[in-house]
Amino acid sequence: MAGTPRKDEISGVDTTGHKWDDIEELNNPLPRWWLWVFYASVLWSVVYWIAMPAWPGISDYTKGMLGYSQRSIVQNELAAVKASRAEWDQQILNSSLEEIVKDDTLNQYALAAGKAAFGDNCSGCHGSGAQGGKGYPNLNDDHWLWGGSLEDIHTTIAYGIRSTHEDTRVNDMSAFLRDEILEKSEISDVAEYVMSLSGTATDAQAARRGEELFVDNCVACHSEGGLGNRDLGAPNLADSLWLYGGDKATIVQSISYGRKGVMPTWEARLDPVTVKALSIYVHALGGGE
Amino acid sequence: MTREITANARLSVDGWVTAGALLIGAFYATLTAARTEDPVMSVHAYIFAGAFILGLFGIIKAYFDNSERLADQPAGTSIQYNLDIIKAGVIASVFWGIAGFLAGDTIAFQLAYPDLNFDTSFFNFGRLRPLHTSAVIFAFGGNVLIATSFYVVQRTCKARLPGTFAPWFVFWGYQLFIVIAATGYLMGATQGKEYAEPEWYTDLWLTLVWVVYLFVFLGTLWKRQEPHIYVANWFYLAFIATIAMLHIINNLAVPVSWTSSKSYILFAGVQDALTQWWYGHNAVGFFLTAGFLGIMYYFVPKRAGRPVYSYRLSIVHFWSLIFMYIWAGPHHLHYTALPDWAQTLGMTFSIMLWMPSWGGMINGLMTLSGAWDKLRTDPVLRMLVVSVAFYGMSTFEGPVMAIKAVNSLSHYTDWTIGHVHSGALGWVAYVSFGALYCLVPWLWNRTQLYSLKLVSYHFWISTFGILLYITSMWVSGILQGLMWRAYNDLGFLEYSFVETVEAMNPFYWIRAIGGAFFVVGALIMAYNLWRTARGDLRVESRSLPPEAVPSPVAAA
Repeated sequence: MAGTPRKDEISGVDTTGHKWDDIEELNNPLPRWWLWVFYASVLWSVVYWIAMPAWPGISDYTKGMLGYSQRSIVQNELAAVKASRAEWDQQILNSSLEEIVKDDTLNQYALAAGKAAFGDNCSGCHGSGAQGGKGYPNLNDDHWLWGGSLEDIHTTIAYGIRSTHEDTRVNDMSAFLRDEILEKSEISDVAEYVMSLSGTATDAQAARRGEELFVDNCVACHSEGGLGNRDLGAPNLADSLWLYGGDKATIVQSISYGRKGVMPTWEARLDPVTVKALSIYVHALGGGE
Repeated sequence: MTREITANARLSVDGWVTAGALLIGAFYATLTAARTEDPVMSVHAYIFAGAFILGLFGIIKAYFDNSERLADQPAGTSIQYNLDIIKAGVIASVFWGIAGFLAGDTIAFQLAYPDLNFDTSFFNFGRLRPLHTSAVIFAFGGNVLIATSFYVVQRTCKARLPGTFAPWFVFWGYQLFIVIAATGYLMGATQGKEYAEPEWYTDLWLTLVWVVYLFVFLGTLWKRQEPHIYVANWFYLAFIATIAMLHIINNLAVPVSWTSSKSYILFAGVQDALTQWWYGHNAVGFFLTAGFLGIMYYFVPKRAGRPVYSYRLSIVHFWSLIFMYIWAGPHHLHYTALPDWAQTLGMTFSIMLWMPSWGGMINGLMTLSGAWDKLRTDPVLRMLVVSVAFYGMSTFEGPVMAIKAVNSLSHYTDWTIGHVHSGALGWVAYVSFGALYCLVPWLWNRTQLYSLKLVSYHFWISTFGILLYITSMWVSGILQGLMWRAYNDLGFLEYSFVETVEAMNPFYWIRAIGGAFFVVGALIMAYNLWRTARGDLRVESRSLPPEAVPSPVAAA
C-alpha cells in the first residue's frame, strides 16, 4: 500500500513509502561511481563513433576520422603475406621437385608450407600425424600403393585416386561375390591363401585350395605371390601392412565386394606451389623414395 | 486471436472459447496428420491432436466437477490467489531443469568422448545440443519465469490472475511447445537458427501461447489494488513483450506447404545473420536477464527481509538496460560480412550496457546491507546472493568480450561457452533455485524447507561444478584462440585445426565432470523440494527462525 516514507532504522535512509507485499524501497541516490562510470562509457562510445565507421544514413554511413575499414585491412595483410612469399613461391614454381629438395633453404620453406597445407587439407582423412586409419593409408611408412617417389606422390596429390580428374589414378578391384565370379567357399579359400602369404593362415588345406584360385583371378594385378604392382596401385598382400585390415572377415569383405577408396584431386583446389610443397612434405615424412 | 477476450472474460466465456478453440485445433491437427506425407509433421500433428483432446477432457471434467478452480472471485475480502498454476509451474521447472542439465552433461561427455554419439542420428551431438539449450533456456528458464511471474504479479498487485482457463492454457500450451520442439530436434526438424530452431508451426503455436501469457499478465496489472507497479513487474513485462517481438520477427518464414514441417526464412545472408543475433542476444537480454531480474527483485528483498536498496537506481538501470540491450546484437558478428558501422554500434552499446547491467547487481547486493549475517545461516539467501555475484561477473565479461580486439581472440572458442555458462549456471539457474526454495514452502504451506543442510550441499556441490566448468572453458578457449592464430616465422599456420581439437580434450573432460556435479546438486534440490512439499521436516541443529518464512496468504 502506498504510504508515507519512514526512516529505515538499520541504514538510516528514508523509504519511498511504496510497499508491495511487504517489500519496501529505500530512497538511496544513484551511487556516484556507478553514474560516473556510466557517463564515461557513453563518452567513450561517442569518441569511438567519431573515430570509426558508426552511424548509418539512408544510403551511406559515417566513415569516421580514422578511415578504418576492416576489408582493406584484411586485403593489405593478405597482400603483405603474399608479397613476402613471392620470391620463394616463384622459385618453387620454377624448380623441379628434386631441385627444391636439394636446395636447403627452399626445402625448409616447402616443408613449412606443406605442413600447414597438410593440416588444413589432408589430416581430415590421413590423420594429424599422417598416421592414416582404416581405408586411409599411413603416409609415414615406406609402403606405397602408387609409388613413393616425389613424382609419384605429386601425381597422386594433383590428380587424386578415382577422382573427377581426367588423369586420375584408377584401378578396379573386382567384387568377386557380388559379380558372381567366385563362390563364398572359394572366397574363403582365397582369403586363407592371402593370409598364408604373411604367415597368418589358420587352415593350410584351404590355403592350398585358394592358391589355385588366386593364380587364376588375382595375379594379373597383385602379381605372383601377391607382391603387388605399383603401376596398377595393387597392394602388396604378402607383407603385414593392411589398408582395411588383415583379419579374415575383412579380407573376405574386400574380395567379395571390392574396395574403391577415393582421394580427391587437389589440382583445382590448391595452387601449384602448395601441391608441390605438399608432395615434398609427404615425401619427407619418412617413407619417401 | 480470440484469447484477448478469454483473458478478461468470465468463467463461462473463458471455458467455452478455450473448448471451442481446442475442438477446432484437434480437428485441424487430425486432418493434417491424415494428409501429410512428412513423417515429422505427421508425428507432430498427432501430438497436437492428442494434446488438444486431453485439454478438452480437462475442461469437460472441470465443468462437471465444478471444482474450486472453476470458482470465480470468491466472496469475502481476502484475495484468493491462483496458486495451483504456480505449483504446477514449480514442478515443471524442476522436471525440465533436470532434463536439460542431463542433456547438457550428456553432450559435454560426447565432446570429450565422441563414441558416446553411438552412430545414431537421434542422439548425436548435433541434435542433442539444441535439445539441451532449449530445455534449459526455454523449458527450465521459461517455466521458472512463467511460474514466478504469475506469483509475483499476483502478490505485488493484490489481484488474482484473470480467467480460469487462460493461465492454464498458458501453462499447458507452453509444455506442449516444449514437447513439440524437443521431439522435432530429435527427428532432425530445425530452422538452423540458434536458440530459434523450432519450425514454423511450433513458432506459431508459441506465439499464440505467448500472447495469452501477455494478456494474463497485463490483466493482473490492470486489476491491481496497488497504486504503483512494482519494479519486478516492469522487468517481467519487458521480458514478455520483447520476447514476443523478437520471436515473431526472427521466425518470419514461408512454409513449403501447410502439411510440411520445412520452411524457408524470409531473410538471407548477412541480413539473416543480423536478425538472428539481434534475436539471439536479446533472448539473453530479455529472457535470461530482464526476466530473471524480475525474480531477483522479488525474492532477494523478500528472503533478506530488507527494503530494496534504491528506487531511483531501479528506474534508471531498468530504462537504460532496456534501451541499450536491443542494440548489442551485432557483437556476435564481429569480423564477418557485417558492415563496420554495425559492428561499431554493437560493440559500443555493449560497453555502455555494462553499468545498466550492474545497476541490478548493486540493487540486489546492497539490499542485503543490514542483513549480511543471514548469509551464514540461510543457504537459500546465499544462493540468491551468489547468483547476483555471477550476474555481475558475466555482465562485466560480456562487454569485455564485445570489444573487437578481445573478440578476435575469444570468438568461436570455448571461452564463449564458458561465458554463457557462468551466466546460465551461476546467475539464471542459481536465482531460479533460490526462488524455488522460497516458493515450495510458501505454496504447500510448510513452515520451512525439509532440510537446509541439503540446500547447503546443493550450493557447494553445484558451485564447485560451475567453477570447474568456467575455469576449464577459459583455459580451453584462450588456448584454442591462441593456437588458431599462431603463425610460424614463414607466415604459415602453426597448428592444424584438428591439433587444436586434440588440445581441447582434457578441458572437455573437466567441463563434463563439472557438469556432473551441477546435475547432482539439482537432484539434491529435487529431493529436498519433494520432501518439503510432502510436509517432512528433517531434524537439524540449525534452522531458520519462522519469521524468515513469509506466509503466502497472510499479507492479503
